[in-house]
Amino acid sequence: MLQIKARLRRGDFTLDVDTQWPLTGVTALFGRSGCGKTSLLRIIAGLEKVNASRVSFAGISWQTAELFVPIEKRRVGLVFQEASLLPHLSVTGNLLYGYKRTPEVLRRLQPDTVIRMLGLDNLTDRRVDQLSGGQAQRVALGRALLSSPQLLLLDEPLAALDTQTKREIMPFLSRLSSESKVPIVLITHSPEEVQRLADRVVFIRDGVIDDICDLQQAMAKPDSPLFADEGPASVLLGMLSEPDAQGVCRFGVEQAQLYVQTSPASAGSHAPQTTTRLRVLARDVSVALDDPSRISIRNHLRVVIQQIHELPDNRLLLSTTLADGQGLLIEITRWSAQQLDLQTGQQVWALIKSVALVQ
Amino acid sequence: MFELGQAEWQAIYLTLRLCFFTTVILLIIATPLAWWLSSGRSRWRVVVQVIVALPLVLPPTVLGFYLLMALGPRGFVGGSLESMGFNHLAFSFEGILFASVLYSMPFAVQPLLEAFNNLGRRPIEVSASLGAGVIDRFFSVTLPLCKGGFIVAATLSFAHTVGEFGVILMLGGSIPGETKVLSVLIYDHAESMNYQAAHQLSLMLLVFSFLVLFVVYSINRRFHTVKL
Repeated sequence: MLQIKARLRRGDFTLDVDTQWPLTGVTALFGRSGCGKTSLLRIIAGLEKVNASRVSFAGISWQTAELFVPIEKRRVGLVFQEASLLPHLSVTGNLLYGYKRTPEVLRRLQPDTVIRMLGLDNLTDRRVDQLSGGQAQRVALGRALLSSPQLLLLDEPLAALDTQTKREIMPFLSRLSSESKVPIVLITHSPEEVQRLADRVVFIRDGVIDDICDLQQAMAKPDSPLFADEGPASVLLGMLSEPDAQGVCRFGVEQAQLYVQTSPASAGSHAPQTTTRLRVLARDVSVALDDPSRISIRNHLRVVIQQIHELPDNRLLLSTTLADGQGLLIEITRWSAQQLDLQTGQQVWALIKSVALVQ
Repeated sequence: MFELGQAEWQAIYLTLRLCFFTTVILLIIATPLAWWLSSGRSRWRVVVQVIVALPLVLPPTVLGFYLLMALGPRGFVGGSLESMGFNHLAFSFEGILFASVLYSMPFAVQPLLEAFNNLGRRPIEVSASLGAGVIDRFFSVTLPLCKGGFIVAATLSFAHTVGEFGVILMLGGSIPGETKVLSVLIYDHAESMNYQAAHQLSLMLLVFSFLVLFVVYSINRRFHTVKL
């Protein structure tokens, strides 16, 4: 468990938290800019010495009234919005800066592993100022990992990158927690990043924690703040098969199987037989009463309508369950719902126009 | 024209010794002081900054006068030293060394402060998170990234101490081998109408100062862009 109790006043902003969450997977601190996410992260890291705060990590006190463990003794990896590489060192010098300062018995990740994991093979000889934004951020991630941290703190690591580069880094990030086994705290204001990466979401607003819940719970609420950008969406978990000749993979269990088109480039980066995420926007799903056969959409899933929620502008959100019990949100107009006479408890076919493979 | 006598050589040696020790002591004091000034949120920051900058505006005679009062046999510092069995500091090398450190302080603190402000907190936070302790961080991050600031601080402290006159005259007088530095010797030469001797030492200092400032401004240009 990571436990934090802190009260911080800066001008008219007050951060007031007393919370804890388990040390597994990726925990996203989600909220708008200025809500106190970064202050909270800095308190966890030990960069902000706030009086009367308490921080404890896996039962070990990092800060109490009498005690303050300095950041260099906490063994936390930090990655900021800017890569913040040390400009007087080479890429290798940066990567090994923390590694060299980690006692041998505590080293859990070796340079070769991390260099492979983050695709840094061709970069190690470069000077730091010869890297692109995305490359520099990958080096920063590798550098943090190589100090074998007990906890990885990522402060909006993708916010300064363009969309293309974000897409390039996202797979590395999502593999990070599962492959390195290091718990991650990720600060973000992007719902998409939460849906792709997080296992758990801490909602922060105006310096106060609104709610902590699993991603699935957070996405089950039709008015979830995570739907602010692209509307409601669902995240499905499952195994991905090897791609066939046309690059199509099968996803999930047999009763609720989806077909995913993968590009040759991305296919290699998904290790088969590990749990993968699929993100489906509710507006990309249609409903049919029978299973249509003469149709271009290939993904037809049998679902049961659990609840029908009202959305603004005469739209409805159906929360449904798949055969394997996972939830799927579907957005349709009130008009089409009336046409089909949809009811809760009814079994229908969900036609999914496109799915995004997110890991 | 350039014929240096024993008095000149003695003054040159004394000046170099004074400048060297002043610079070393200043770097040791000014580094933590500038760091504190660049990072602190303390309300004392401005007060300390003003005190450090005072020698820039005060007539050297004012500083020299108060130092003479404090370090002399009846002064607070000098008196205490005497009662402990040491000599007081007026009219001594140690005395003018003390004065030089105070007098050149702004020239050491200012470039370092600017270098530290340029550096920002981020590189230090990064290296701390990677397991580097305070001393380690200084030598592996601050020093290499603020190299320019340190070079400028050292050069300016050294050069400014060479140019010191009023404070030394007030506090140290003109004792050969002890307090008679180059600037004082030039003054003595001019006083005794020995313009030839005054001229050759003055020219030396002029050339030296030009070179020092040339180095400083070149470095400033080169290192100004070092920033994360």
